[in-house]
Amino acid sequence: MKRPRVLIVDDSSVMRKIIERSLRQAGLDLGEVVEAGNGIEALAAVRGGVFDLILSDINMPGMDGIEFLRQLVTLEEAKGTPVVMVTTEGSETRVVEALSIGAKGYIRKPFTPDQIKERVSPLLEVMR
Amino acid sequence: MNPALDSKIQNSVRPDATWEPMLECAVKEVFQIMLQAELTTIAKTAEEVSAGDTTAMVGLAGSLCGVMSIRCSSQTAESVAGRMLGSVGAVNPSEVPDALAEICNMVAGNFKSKITRLADNCMLSVPTVIRGEDYEMVTIADGEQIVVCVGYEHSPIWVTLAVHS
Ligand SMILES: [Mg+2]
Repeated sequence: MKRPRVLIVDDSSVMRKIIERSLRQAGLDLGEVVEAGNGIEALAAVRGGVFDLILSDINMPGMDGIEFLRQLVTLEEAKGTPVVMVTTEGSETRVVEALSIGAKGYIRKPFTPDQIKERVSPLLEVMR
Repeated sequence: MNPALDSKIQNSVRPDATWEPMLECAVKEVFQIMLQAELTTIAKTAEEVSAGDTTAMVGLAGSLCGVMSIRCSSQTAESVAGRMLGSVGAVNPSEVPDALAEICNMVAGNFKSKITRLADNCMLSVPTVIRGEDYEMVTIADGEQIVVCVGYEHSPIWVTLAVHS
């Protein structure tokens, strides 16, 4: 099986590292992991190559996760790539908005590696 | 009568006696999940004010307007960052404010989610961090302040929610 190529989008570099570490702690065998600090950087990364999974924060300066998602779903390179929002937003409105645009799920910060695994594993299973 | 103002007043959420224990619980949960650290409760005296040279802040806007802040010493902030990253040895200094900012962000989000009427109608700003020994926090917020002091590895961490009326 091909190891999944993952994009992690968050304005906090500490949080990007924690998300990557949690994915590995959850036992997921990752391929290349690319980081982006906001939606603009993330869109550029997606234009540069196809990802198997995208994890994105919502609240970011520059371009937030909702706008990123809106633009992402119009890109040919992102067709079929599952997106999971990783956010402190307990706000149903923003999460529902993200799901209605096309996000496959969400993980609320703070999270445990098990919670990440629970959300992400089924999405990667589809690849097998 | 201004209908917009009227609805704003009706929808605004005011602090009550449950907020302080709820805030303490929100802080403890974040440290437990992200750092595997058990915080202790530090009883604070009335005159005592928050202290420390590192402060992270997140603005809240909507049915509740105000600022959530976390203040501690730079050594504590460094230790928090190291533990969060699970790193052995020194952390990259640029990651210290980033780590405290994310803690503040998660505390604000977690607290908000515990208050039913807040969860959906209150937005968080992108966090900011101030560093330096010589400053005093002056809140423009004219409303209530909820202050919690917790112990992390024998050092205090101050968490304040300043509410605008
Ligand atoms: Mg963020």
